Amino acid sequence: MLQQIIDRRLSGKNKSIGNRERFLRRYRGQIRDAVRQAISGRGIRDLEKGEDITLPRRDVSEPVFGHAAGGNREYVHPGNKEFVRGDRIARPEGGGGGESGSGEADDQSQGEDDFVFRLTREEFMQVFFDDLALPHLIRTQLAEIPEWKSHRAGFTSDGTPNNLHVVRSMRGALARRIALGGDTRKELRRLEAHLLHLHQLLALPDADAADLNAQILATEAEIEQLRSTARHVPYIDPIDLRYRNRVKTPVPSAKAVMFCLMDVSGSMDEGRKDLSKRFFMLLYMFLTRHYDKIDLVFLRHHTQAQEVTEEEFFHATETGGTVVSSALVLMHEIVRARYPSNEWNIYGAQASDGDNWHQDSGRCREMLNDSILPLVRYYAYVQVAEAEQNLWQEYSQLEGVRPNFAMRKVTQVQDIFPVFRDLFKKEGTPS
Amino acid sequence: MSRVLERASAKLPSPSDWTFDLIDTYHTEIAKTARSFKLDTYPIQLEVITAEQMMDAYASVGMPVIYRHWSYGKQFIMTEKNYRRGHMGLAYEIVINSDPCIAYLMEENTMAMQALVIAHAAYGHNSFFKGNYLFRMWTDASSIIDYLVYARQFVSECEERHGEDAVEQLLDSCHALMNYGVDRYRRPQKRSLAQEISQREEREHHLQQQVNDLWRTLPRRSEPAAEAASRRFPSEPQENLLYFIEKNAPLLEPWQREVVRIVRKIGQYFYPQRQTQVMNEGWATFWHYTLLNTMYERGLLNDGFMIEWLSSHTSVIFQPPVGHRAYSGMNPYALGFAMYTDLKRICEAPTEEDRRWFPDFAGSDWLTTLDHAMRNFKDESFVGQFLSPKTMRDFRLFSIRDNEDEPELEVAAIHDDTGYQLLRESLSKQYDIGHREPDIQVWNVNMRGDRSLTLRHNQRNNRPLADDAQEVLKHVARLWGFDVHLESVDGKGHVNLRKTASAPRH
Repeated sequence: MLQQIIDRRLSGKNKSIGNRERFLRRYRGQIRDAVRQAISGRGIRDLEKGEDITLPRRDVSEPVFGHAAGGNREYVHPGNKEFVRGDRIARPEGGGGGESGSGEADDQSQGEDDFVFRLTREEFMQVFFDDLALPHLIRTQLAEIPEWKSHRAGFTSDGTPNNLHVVRSMRGALARRIALGGDTRKELRRLEAHLLHLHQLLALPDADAADLNAQILATEAEIEQLRSTARHVPYIDPIDLRYRNRVKTPVPSAKAVMFCLMDVSGSMDEGRKDLSKRFFMLLYMFLTRHYDKIDLVFLRHHTQAQEVTEEEFFHATETGGTVVSSALVLMHEIVRARYPSNEWNIYGAQASDGDNWHQDSGRCREMLNDSILPLVRYYAYVQVAEAEQNLWQEYSQLEGVRPNFAMRKVTQVQDIFPVFRDLFKKEGTPS
Repeated sequence: MSRVLERASAKLPSPSDWTFDLIDTYHTEIAKTARSFKLDTYPIQLEVITAEQMMDAYASVGMPVIYRHWSYGKQFIMTEKNYRRGHMGLAYEIVINSDPCIAYLMEENTMAMQALVIAHAAYGHNSFFKGNYLFRMWTDASSIIDYLVYARQFVSECEERHGEDAVEQLLDSCHALMNYGVDRYRRPQKRSLAQEISQREEREHHLQQQVNDLWRTLPRRSEPAAEAASRRFPSEPQENLLYFIEKNAPLLEPWQREVVRIVRKIGQYFYPQRQTQVMNEGWATFWHYTLLNTMYERGLLNDGFMIEWLSSHTSVIFQPPVGHRAYSGMNPYALGFAMYTDLKRICEAPTEEDRRWFPDFAGSDWLTTLDHAMRNFKDESFVGQFLSPKTMRDFRLFSIRDNEDEPELEVAAIHDDTGYQLLRESLSKQYDIGHREPDIQVWNVNMRGDRSLTLRHNQRNNRPLADDAQEVLKHVARLWGFDVHLESVDGKGHVNLRKTASAPRH
């Protein structure tokens, strides 16, 4: 009987993902706005979460021709309790579909709701960092551990079974069988012709039957011998096997290092520190998400700078006076020692409240201008306080002069995301 | 009954968890029972799928494969939300009108529910698909899956070649007109996939040539001026908007015409389903009820099993009365089930009233009568022919007349002797697709002037168009490439409303 049960559970998971992508793409604008709004209200720990997105129902509706209320209509309803023919009933409010809930009226009342759906964490981050990139990143250098790309490169006689090229192997086998069997078959054909000839002779009236029969027997034996030889040419032989060959070639990869410089001096109160940390958190998430191979160097400073781990950078507390240049000096030293600028794309991001030791600010500008900016692709300075002190003024002289330098102010949590986007927007993307 | 199968020696095992062997055992028994009722079906292919796959199929108009479009993504999100909130009470079942008929079993279902789904979908719906005249005429079960695969392939090639945006806009516009892609009075051709593909190229070329011919800019001198002025295009109004656009829209490229065609074909495939909801669901419900009860009488099923599926069955055929919180119009499952059940009763134990109303078949063989009713009707005519006074009384049906010129609604008929006829007509009309959807046809193309297209809405009972019409019109303009006008004309020939959508800039 014709019946079969097929288990499809393992096949075709996430088949709808293409449709979802198209849906998200269509409402990209609204979704991005919603994401930006959501970000500004979130604590740093909750940044990487999904988000409910609300779209007006009107925007996601698909129009079709339909009837509106009005005209002469007649509807049949079930569940009559009290009516008899000719009764008159007051028209329900809201121009209803003839009765408290005909199918059409229901659809319309649903239509007022918004369309709410949840972005997954992945999608949220995708939208969040959409259009951002490290500026001026150059892919030239072959890293010491290069990236490999695998290419097809003809066939080899050696390989793993999954690379076996069946057609090619069978073609080889066929050729070998033809080549090896050639002589045998030629001889076989000759003998078969001879046998036929002998039979014809035997049929003649003056034939020497005994002799011919002996010859026939001998020939037949010979033919049998040859046939068995021919059979022993193998159908397929290990030497026939051909495998698809793949070779790896090194490709240039973009190596990048990001220096994160944060001021932890006494003037940086909790609010300012929080702002800086949020900024670096964003930067950190952005970098680790988009770039597989990126080194991060965390420097924090008060009167002295020190290189710290990620954990210490974001969570340890320490205070003191302020000498900003100490961090710049340290950064310069690290670059020279570990990140030759001809091999690495170097980036710097600095956060401070701009409250620097008086004589140091000028030195900072010189350091930056003479030693650091020539080495780096991009250097961003973020001031987490409103007041424009001497560091801001000194740095202002560089802005516009050096194309790879940018500075912004962040005074509230809500500013962080726009400023961040502004600093790291892809070239050619309008802000 | 003569066709009664012998009593079973032992009950079928009924743990709540299903296994493949168990499904097979049940399926064999259900099939045997169905054969005893002479149900004629396509071969059956049961497929076990996950809840996610089921939602996926729900979202893509119930098909196992279809081209990609954002609206299916939207649908999926909505389905998923309803599912998570537990709003979808119905046991999930999807069945595809294909040969072999594919019925989906969701892995979360218990054994009793799987048996219910098999009886409902694989025998109920399946035999309906194979027997009903609309499905026989409008759909080709053997080629639909192949065609959908082809459509998906073609659309994704178009996306690669012309960009996702262009394809999305085109599909949006076609979807807006999907219900207007059918020639109601002409039989569609049936073609195999191979023919489809081989004819595509030829068709594209030919079509383009025809279109060019239609829009030849050089006026033919030989044509008398008067004749040219009076020549109408199209010569008669056309109800199949998508077909008209596919063949005549001046600016569409060949690939766009093919996409229009694909949407039109899929719309046509669903045309019978839109017209046989009550019949189809009622038929499937009637048969799962009959098959499982017969199996119970034969001693195959135990009581717990029966209680489980009956609880689901009763919630499916519940008809909330008007004013009830859950009321949203007639429940097609309830009405269809009640009508088939009552038909059977009229055949087996007719009353004097039934003999008066249904002299043709009261007291006849019920299987033959039901089979006839299933094969040769659609919802509109099915209700018109077979809705019995008893069913109307059971549902306590009444009809409300709503005339916008009058301040109050009027009860036009109730379930009494004077009202039966009117109620039946009124309910039948409610299922008439020509009544439900506005009648919109291609009226005229301005051939000599701005090439604008005029659509005409023939108002029935003075019912106005919904505001969405303006949006739809924009889609028509996008397809047509030039301005599009829409006129609403009432029964007296007055034009009540004009709308215009200008052509998109190129």
